[in-house]
Amino acid sequence: MSELLQFLLSGVTVGAVYALVALGFTIIYNASDVVNFAQGEFVMLGGMTTVFVHAAGAPLPLAVLAAIVLTAALGVAMNKLAIEPARGAPVVSLVIITIGASIFIRGAAQLIFDKQIHSFPAFSGDDPIRIMGATILPQSLWVIGGAVAVFIGLWLFFTRTLLGRAVLATSNNRLAAQLVGINTTFVMTLSFALSAGIGALAGVLVTPITLTSYDVGLGLALKGFAAAMLGGMGNPKGALVGGLALGLLEGLTAGYISSQYKDAAAFIVILAVLFFLPQGLFGRKSTDRV
Amino acid sequence: MLLVEGLRARYGRIEVLHGLDLAVNSGEIVTVIGANGAGKTTLLRCLSGVHPVAGGTVTFRGEILTGVPAWRRVGRGLAQSPEGRQIFTNLTVEENLRLGAYLFADERVEKDMADAFQMFPILKEKRNLVAGGLSGGQQQMLAMARALMGRPSCLLLDEPSMGLAPIIVAQIFDVVKALKALDVTVLLVEQNAFGALKIADRGYVMETGRITLDGPAEELIADPRIREAYLGI
Ligand SMILES: Nc1ncnc2c1ncn2[C@@H]1O[C@H](COP(=O)(O)OP(=O)(O)OP(=O)(O)O)[C@@H](O)[C@H]1O
Ligand SMILES: [Mg+2]
Repeated sequence: MSELLQFLLSGVTVGAVYALVALGFTIIYNASDVVNFAQGEFVMLGGMTTVFVHAAGAPLPLAVLAAIVLTAALGVAMNKLAIEPARGAPVVSLVIITIGASIFIRGAAQLIFDKQIHSFPAFSGDDPIRIMGATILPQSLWVIGGAVAVFIGLWLFFTRTLLGRAVLATSNNRLAAQLVGINTTFVMTLSFALSAGIGALAGVLVTPITLTSYDVGLGLALKGFAAAMLGGMGNPKGALVGGLALGLLEGLTAGYISSQYKDAAAFIVILAVLFFLPQGLFGRKSTDRV
Repeated sequence: MLLVEGLRARYGRIEVLHGLDLAVNSGEIVTVIGANGAGKTTLLRCLSGVHPVAGGTVTFRGEILTGVPAWRRVGRGLAQSPEGRQIFTNLTVEENLRLGAYLFADERVEKDMADAFQMFPILKEKRNLVAGGLSGGQQQMLAMARALMGRPSCLLLDEPSMGLAPIIVAQIFDVVKALKALDVTVLLVEQNAFGALKIADRGYVMETGRITLDGPAEELIADPRIREAYLGI
């Protein structure tokens, strides 16, 4: 019993990270119909930038803030330099551009940072907390709490603010949004900033547990993509549920079968969703009637 | 109110508007009629700023619009009810209308909504339903009502009659006519030449990206060339 609980706890922790990565996919997909495969690099940059700014002498909270702001700025730059100029190109081309951006960011990170594996101290120490025979790291609580805070914050943003409604309107119908006076270019910029910032936050929160290096982005992107597909691409609720479900599946696979197979879980999920549930659990953002 | 001079537009390298001149005076209903693919929609897209202009100028209320992005033009009083309606299908009728008033946050929004419901009573009945489930005619009404929520001084209407039953078309054209009383100037683009000319003050005939004929609506209706080519009489 405590064994099961242990697997579930570690599943929820990774699941929270996947949910944040999936949320990043969702936000950009909604604003632009683009599946941004550079999403994992944002997570990597969050962790790596914190490591290096912290190593340069900045206190940890400041390093974290710098990492999130810098990554968000990079997201905006990526939109301005790579996505916006190609506006009107087929979506497939845009997706390939994001793959290119991802390779570029990874290469640049290898040059600017290094090829080593890094970490920084956990926020609240490393003493495991005991729960009914199982244990959880305080940093895991940071990860889960961070994800919960982001989802609640975003929900309030979309339902309670004018700008949030503008983002939703743009994702529903970009042309119509322009015609009612919404600055859709700004909505795109905002979406990339949010998405990159959330990705960076996920990287920051998880690095003390999983460690980081310049090349962790690709794996995270694939997991986050699988989670987003499972929940239904373009649906924030789907990102949350898909992320948690994938995390739990991995946790149980690692616990009861073998940790060698846990990565296979994500790919089986992608395949199963594509074959049996192309809309995902919560349905994709519905496309407009032509 | 609206002055178009030498307007050119392209899709890729293919030019589809070849230097168009057109004027709409304050308080008028002006129609542009033309066959499939003449470039009517492209013209309106250039006016509202969602399609780039390749040459010429658009002047609205004395101000040249070159370089003004689409979302700013709405605030200046130029609204478009686009081809294909382009409503927010995932949102309710009321949410669509509220987004129409995106630029405003005053009490007049409620009054404008009441006016819109009076204009199109069916929308009031459906106000809490998802807009994607409306019939074609209802979606067209919603598109027009949403554009009016932006308090335009000039409304660009793209084929409001497309694909609709004659009785609905008549109802929509009645509303267009009634906009005059509300001080909304109208530029109406139509393939339904007869219906459009009947409610318009003046008309332009467009053929493959050029204006070939223009004049008072009664004269155009009586013109044998128009009768043959567009009215099927
Ligand atoms: N997105 C596009 N890409 C390429 N060419 C286009 C595009 N949209 C329109 N065209 C071309 O531009 C020309 C004008 O099209 P437009 O839609 O403005 O005509 P229209 O008068 O509105 O026609 P309709 O009455 O069928 O709506 C046509 O030849 C059309 O094929
Ligand atoms: Mg058209």
